[in-house]
Amino acid sequence: MTFHAFSFSRFWAVVAKEFIQMRRDRMTFGMMIGIPLLQLTLFGFAINSDPKHLPTAIITADHSTFSRTIVSAMRHSQYFEFIGEAASEADADTMLDEGDVQFVVNIPEDFSRKLLRGERPNLLVQADATDPAATGPAVAALKQLVSTSLERDLKGPVAQLRDAAGPVNLILHNRYNEEGITQYNIVPGLMGVVLTMTMVIITALAITRERERGTMENLLATPTRPTEVMIGKIIPYIVVGYLQTLLILVAARLLFHVPMLGSIPLLLLLMLVFIAANLAVGITFSTIARNQLQAMQMSFFFFLPSILLSGFMFPFRGMPVWAQHVGSILPLTHFLRLVRGILLKGNGLHETLPHVWPICIFVLIVMTIGIKRYRQTLD
Amino acid sequence: MKNGELVIDVEGITKRFGTHTVVNNIAMQVRRGEIYGFLGPNGSGKTTFLRMLCGLLRADSGSGRCLGYDIRHESDAIKREVGYMTQKFSYYEDLNLQENLDFIARIYGVPKRKEVVRASLEKLGLYARRKQLAGELSGGWKQRLALAASLIHSPQLLLLDEPTAGVDPKARRDFWDEIHQLAADGLTVLITTHYMDEAERCHRLAYIAYGNLLAKGTVDEVVRSAALSTWAVSGPDLHELAASLRELDGVEQVVPFGNTLHVNGRDAEQLRKAIQPFQREPYRWRQAESGLEDVFISLMDTAEDNFK
Repeated sequence: MTFHAFSFSRFWAVVAKEFIQMRRDRMTFGMMIGIPLLQLTLFGFAINSDPKHLPTAIITADHSTFSRTIVSAMRHSQYFEFIGEAASEADADTMLDEGDVQFVVNIPEDFSRKLLRGERPNLLVQADATDPAATGPAVAALKQLVSTSLERDLKGPVAQLRDAAGPVNLILHNRYNEEGITQYNIVPGLMGVVLTMTMVIITALAITRERERGTMENLLATPTRPTEVMIGKIIPYIVVGYLQTLLILVAARLLFHVPMLGSIPLLLLLMLVFIAANLAVGITFSTIARNQLQAMQMSFFFFLPSILLSGFMFPFRGMPVWAQHVGSILPLTHFLRLVRGILLKGNGLHETLPHVWPICIFVLIVMTIGIKRYRQTLD
Repeated sequence: MKNGELVIDVEGITKRFGTHTVVNNIAMQVRRGEIYGFLGPNGSGKTTFLRMLCGLLRADSGSGRCLGYDIRHESDAIKREVGYMTQKFSYYEDLNLQENLDFIARIYGVPKRKEVVRASLEKLGLYARRKQLAGELSGGWKQRLALAASLIHSPQLLLLDEPTAGVDPKARRDFWDEIHQLAADGLTVLITTHYMDEAERCHRLAYIAYGNLLAKGTVDEVVRSAALSTWAVSGPDLHELAASLRELDGVEQVVPFGNTLHVNGRDAEQLRKAIQPFQREPYRWRQAESGLEDVFISLMDTAEDNFK
């Protein structure tokens, strides 16, 4: 065999060496198994583009058979889950603003009277259409089920009301995103996704790199305090994060014409909590990862569920309950509601707070773990 | 602090990682302006000891003062006056020379920073290369940069952890000339090394193995205290002779040095008797001085016996 020929034994030596190294790096090996499993679970079980059981509130002054029929038909469709009655229209508005309900069904006082007179009474349904994908299938089903459900009740003398136009005038009001433009939902959400990516991955890498290259030891031998190093390393990335946000905001306005009803300064302020959450994750990862590759993999492990379970790509309420619970832990989930609430719904501080404190709790828990780990790695 | 005053004066320094004792009950006194060599096999606890001196690690027990400060409780004050050059190059490869020095000068809050950095670059002959990225430097230049950086805040004590590993002989000699000059100006230097020629350039030495301090003093004192008896033998087929000699009681080391073999043992009388049958033609024997290396290897073997 000549020297230049492909040598099977040399080739096999490389293959064997790769496998040995792969086995040594437990974390990488775990990720190679873990990430497909995670993807399988998320895509296979959690994601559903036909969201059902959407929380719905009802306002009704008409307690007739007809309104009961409509409500029960909606419930049977499985798209709507009635979680209660709103006391007033203002009350219903708050529920929509805070994102507690997806729909409000308003059955006016003289609904059954008008129905029997053949006057085609209004049935008003308000939908939180910030994410058109979340309401679309439910709305499509609604149109159908209102007329068919009443067919059974409209018998005998009133049967002639089942005319072509239908017995009821269904008025659908798509709140916050009337035309159902997907970009209105995606572009503000992108802010959260980009921040998650930058903050988690970059901080995890930046700190791991300092340790991997030995420069951390040098820094710690100087009078610098670990907190000075940490804060000093983090601040530049916060600045970068804000630049990214501004870029997206400008693009959202100029390119996509996303409405901006709420206060931008409020958004920028509350964003700090979200940034802190991601930095905490990044720092914690950097205390666990032994090299930059591991830091990268761990960030990916966090990033994947953040994108898929937060309601960024797929409607949050379309997911099974367990996935919603997991999603509720992630800061991105709450930030998406926060940013969409401020921009599209014009939410102020009061309506936004319910989305802020879960992020705060996340920061506290992850920070505690991070600081504990950081202390250990020092000695 | 005047020359001759104790800059490092510690005793009973012990550090454990888990159940493993890395540094065991070490005492050390180093005077101002002294170049103190710190020797020992790999993994003997030298780096750990240095890290405890400069406050990177906290000793589990032991006490003492470094630059007049308590090493257990005043590590912040110590850090300000100590320059520490790590074993591995630990400056930023993606910053240029000037940026690296400027960064370290800022960390220490050096007054008149720009001038100090400039002077430091000029002094070490790095000024022309100040815009070069540290990562592009060769080993020798990296070492010069690291030295310049560890001196930027005019420390009182310089801790050097194997500073000349992988550096060519000329650069190594320049480096030592620089260290001697600094020591003459009153800087105290504690240096770890594996090179015997470097050990001999130190004012005083300490030898540590498996966390234990086995010998200390000047080169002569260390060699004398080891009381090692050494013979040099030359002749044909030294390889076979060496094999037979190694079998003998009383012979500790048989080391080839070119065309001669160095044979040594701690018990001079036993060694003399052991080699007697071989003191015949065609071999020529003479008594030789024990070298530092012989002493250290002997110490290491003893230590291995005792601490295994």
